[in-house]
Parts: sequence; C-alpha cells; structure tokens
Amino acid sequence: MNQIRATDQINTSSSRQGSPDQGSDTLLDVRNLCLHFRTSRGVLQAVDDVSFSMQRRRSIAIIGESGCGKTSLARAILRLLPRNVHTYKGEVYLDGTDVMTLSDEWFRQKVRWTKVSMVSQAAMNALNPVLKVGTQVAEPLIVHERMTKRDALARAREVFRIVGVPEDFLHRYAFELSGGMRQRAILAMALVTNPALVILDEPTSALDMLTQANIFNALKDIKNQLEVGFILITHDISTSSDLADEVIVMYAGQLVEHSLSTTAYRAPLHPYARGLMSSVPTLREDKKLEFIPGQPPSLINPPSGCRFAVRCSRRFERCDQEPPTFTVGEHGELVKCWLHAKE
Amino acid sequence: MANDVLLSVKDLHTWYELKKWGFLHAGYVRAVDGVSFSLHRGEALTIVGESGSGKTTLLKTILGLAPKTKGEIVFAGQKLDGKRGGVEQLRSQVGFVQQDPYGALPPFMTVRKILEEPMLINKFGTGAEREQRIREVMEEVRLLPVNDFLAKYPHMLSGGQQQRLVIARAMILRPSLIVADEPVSMLDASVRVEILELMRRIQTAHNLGVIYITHDLSTVRYFSERVFIMYAAKVVEQAGVDEIVHNSLHPYTKALLTAIPDPDPDNAHRYRDVPSGEPPSLVNPPSGCRFHPRCPVKIEGQCEVEVPPPFEPMKGHLVECWLYKA
Repeated sequence: MNQIRATDQINTSSSRQGSPDQGSDTLLDVRNLCLHFRTSRGVLQAVDDVSFSMQRRRSIAIIGESGCGKTSLARAILRLLPRNVHTYKGEVYLDGTDVMTLSDEWFRQKVRWTKVSMVSQAAMNALNPVLKVGTQVAEPLIVHERMTKRDALARAREVFRIVGVPEDFLHRYAFELSGGMRQRAILAMALVTNPALVILDEPTSALDMLTQANIFNALKDIKNQLEVGFILITHDISTSSDLADEVIVMYAGQLVEHSLSTTAYRAPLHPYARGLMSSVPTLREDKKLEFIPGQPPSLINPPSGCRFAVRCSRRFERCDQEPPTFTVGEHGELVKCWLHAKE
Repeated sequence: MANDVLLSVKDLHTWYELKKWGFLHAGYVRAVDGVSFSLHRGEALTIVGESGSGKTTLLKTILGLAPKTKGEIVFAGQKLDGKRGGVEQLRSQVGFVQQDPYGALPPFMTVRKILEEPMLINKFGTGAEREQRIREVMEEVRLLPVNDFLAKYPHMLSGGQQQRLVIARAMILRPSLIVADEPVSMLDASVRVEILELMRRIQTAHNLGVIYITHDLSTVRYFSERVFIMYAAKVVEQAGVDEIVHNSLHPYTKALLTAIPDPDPDNAHRYRDVPSGEPPSLVNPPSGCRFHPRCPVKIEGQCEVEVPPPFEPMKGHLVECWLYKA
C-alpha cells in the first residue's frame, strides 16, 4: 500500500502547520530553512526559505547550477557550518524530532552519522593515507556507537560486501585502491552506522563513465536492500535520473520545483526547470538544445520578486513585483511560479 | 588534395619515463601508444576517452607541450621534429582552449591585456590594429558590450564568459587549428550548449580545423562529425558520430554508450550492464588487446595474445577488435 502511494504522490507534507505525526512514513521534513553567510560585501543568502519533506526509503535528487545552494542545503541539514554564518534558522524534523533545537554536542552524538551521513564531493581523496581502509570505515561505529574495534570491523566487512568491495580490502591502504573502489569505501563509511538518510554530494563527478555506472548500480542495490533514503546532490542532470524518485530543482538559493521524477524529467513545470532540462544534451535522441540566456543573480541582495524573472521568457508584471508562492499540482508537485498559481 | 591536410599524425607514441630514486630507469608510462590520423582544413574531430586514456597527452604532444617518443607530426605541410623552433612557429597557428577557464586566465590581467598578450609576443600589428582585433574577436565570441568587458578581471566574469574569453584568446592570432580540451566540462548545463554552439559557429565561419577532446559522448553530436574513441592510450574505434551512437562495434564503445544516461525517470529502475574493473595501468598494459581483461565477448586464445590491428568492416569505420577480422 505504502509503496503504491509512494510512487503516485510525493509527500508534500500535507499538513504544513504543526508537527508531523510520529508514526508516519515521513523521514525528513525541512521547513523554512535559511542559511545566510556574512561576507565582506553583505549577507549572502545561500539557502533561503527552503521547505521540503521526504519519505523513508525514497531518493530525492537536488539539481541546479553551481552556486544555487545545493551543497549549502546539505550542510545546513547536517549542521556542518563554516564560521561566517549570519542566519541559521528553520525547522528540520528527522523522524519527528526537530533536530534544530538540539545542542551541538547532542546533534553530533545522536544525529550526525548515526541517523544522517554524507558522502561529500571528492571524498575519496580525503581518506587517511596512513590508516587502513577498514579502520577508517569502522571508525564511526567506534566513535558514535561505542563498539569495540573487533565488532566494528566485522560490521565494516558486512558493509563492504553490500557496496561491492572485496573483503580483503579492509586491510589495505587508500593508495592501493582504484578511484572506484575508494569511492565505494567512502560509501561504506556512510552506511556503516545504518543511517536512515545518506546525503550524496556529487558522488561520482571525479570518476570514469563506466565506474560511475557501476557505482550507481551499487547504489540501486543498496536502496533495494536497506532501509535507507538518499538525497543526491548533483549538477549532472542525466546522471541524477539514475537514482531519483523525486527531484528538487534549486535556483538562486531557493527551491523552485519539487516533483516526481516522471514529471521533472519529462514535463517540468517551472520555466527554469524546463530550460535546464532542454539544455541537457542527449545521446540517443536528436533534440534541439536550448540554453537559458543570462546568469543567476547575486545572492547578496537578490531581486525582490521572482529570482528567475530576468532570465525567464514567460515572465509578466507580477513576477518582478512579488516573490511567487508555492502552488501544489495534481500529483502533489510544488512549484514556485506565478504561471501555475490558481486563482 | 594532399595540401588540404592540415595536420597529420603518424604512429605517434608519447612515453613518460619513470625514474627510481630520481635517476634510475624504472619503466615507461605509455600515455599515447601508436595513434595515427589526419585532419583536414575545416574539419572537426572529437576524441572521446576516459581520464587516463591518453587523450590530453595526445593533445599536448601535438601542441609540443609533451615530447614525443616516436612517430611523426606534420602540420600544414611542415614536419615537426620536436625541437623548439618548429613548435614556436606552430603555436601562433594553433589556438588552445583549456578545460578550466578560471585556471587558464591570469587573475591579475584585464580582459584587454589577456587578449593583447599573444599579439605582443607574436609581434602582431600596431597598437591600433591590435585594439581593432581585440574588439573584433570579442564581438565574435559575444562578450558584449565590448567596452564593459575590456577593463574587467577574470574573477568578475561568470564561468561562461570566462570560457568565451579563453576562446577569444585562442582565436586572436587567426589560427588554422583550434584544440579544445574538455572546453565545457567545468561549465553548468545551461551554458554548455551555448559554448558548444559558439565553437561550432566559429569553426564553420573560419574554416578551422578543430580537435575537441571530451569524456562526454553526449555532447559530441552537437559538435563534430568524426569521432575517435580512445582506451588505454590507443584509438580503438573511429567513425562518424551517428555511426558510433547507433552502430558501434568495439565492446568498449558499446559499454561506454550503455554507461551514459539520458535524463529519463525510468533509469532509476534499470541496472546498467557495464563491465566491472578499471582501465589498465599504462606502465604494464595487458598483452594483446588492452580491453580483454574487461571484455564480455573476448575470444579465448586470441585477444590476450595478439594486438588487434585496425579493421574496416564498413567504409570509414575503423575498429581495433578481433571480432571484426575480415
């Protein structure tokens, strides 16, 4: 039952007010999350008022151009913040608890890497060269779950099998592994604590095409086998379709569309999402490519109306004057555009 | 039409020597191992390969940035013997478009200076002529309005504009050949197409020879007709772009095509049937065909023993694979 519902509708958190009920299928519910940075030229609104929710075992792809706030959003969810934070507010419900209210220490112990883990960009190059790979993969268990080293290594062995790394690699060093194997080891490190959510930030951007395809095969396997949800952050739209059940399109620090993958890749609603999709070169189809003229606005003092308005071919008066609100589509899609407003 | 050939490369090898303790010989990295092709004036050629396949080294060897070990490069009827004299003359006739535009542009120079520099070095015209040429090129790559851009520094430009500037710089001496090393891979999807179209337009307008290097097969059809597929320092297949996409022959090319997704929501429910493993080491490449350890259709007793020569099962479609032995 749940699965049928899950593929037909996206959970747009029908009750936007009040806290979500405990027993529901909602894993993550982000509400009005803001992350602004202090810079020498003013306040930079990297993530501005982003709300979305996801169900258990789903995977959401967050796509958008560089500088649109994808990685900042992931860091805001995991509370991995740099020093120059100006504003950090909103609500992040994980399993029904607002983790934003937790103290930093509590968050580190009980949330980060136990419930939510992350594979960051080019993480495979961040493996410690003087420690065995197995030790590094087992480390989160020793730190967070207070396991003995022996138990932790046994669990690491198990996870290595799931991600497709030969078990004897536990005793090797990072430089003895190829790029693809190192990336799998990093993935194992993210999965070792059995988190409910793994955030993948450009997990394959430094890898070869064949290796990339192999890693995505492994990710699909993991998704089918384990109780885990994925947030996949990428600028590579073609690749994002390899894992996504739902797609979030971000533009200039804001979420502009959140829809099912069938809508997002075939008939996106927001003009920006449309432009983005039609600019993706395809191998098999011979389509006319389009591009979006202009460039994204500065996130310091962004336009007061719709942030995409200046580049949009379908803008009208209202777009420049007031920021658009979200409209809910027939399958629960959310789109931040006046064109779709029902009045 | 022998003089129509702009660049011809014959049996080119580029091996980097590995040293032990800084002076003892410890083998070679065979980055380019026997590549031959010729490029006509006004022709665009794409070389597709994964990282480490030797595509960038091939390009660097042609540019004279890496010393060749063996083979012959003839540019515009003139043989390049690898000594500096020949290369310098060549450089004014070859434009280079780098992968990372920000890294390729000096941060302390303005747009005007960046574009003037190659002309100063090559003693091109008077001050007024140079200014004229700068404006001409900037209009061509659509860095408009020109006056707004002349005094800007690279960090003030967006990624797409930086790449236009790199293209302008490559064009400024009116070269007859442009080599572009992954010119769009660092750019966002929405500007990629714009840059590819720009390069295509310049190529046809000036009848330029272009060598475009990429790892992304899906951008190829928007740019060139002829495609080379490189694997482990060798060109394993060459054909027209439609032929490669719809009628590929080499098992590696087939795997590569399977690995490349098109944006399709059904992908999430499909596994990709690609061979596992990684490209081989170029220090000790596998014997015989270099793809044989990963190949799903390898012929036992032949592929791991003999190096396949190029076969031509169809006119203009060459493949180095024993499956297509005549």
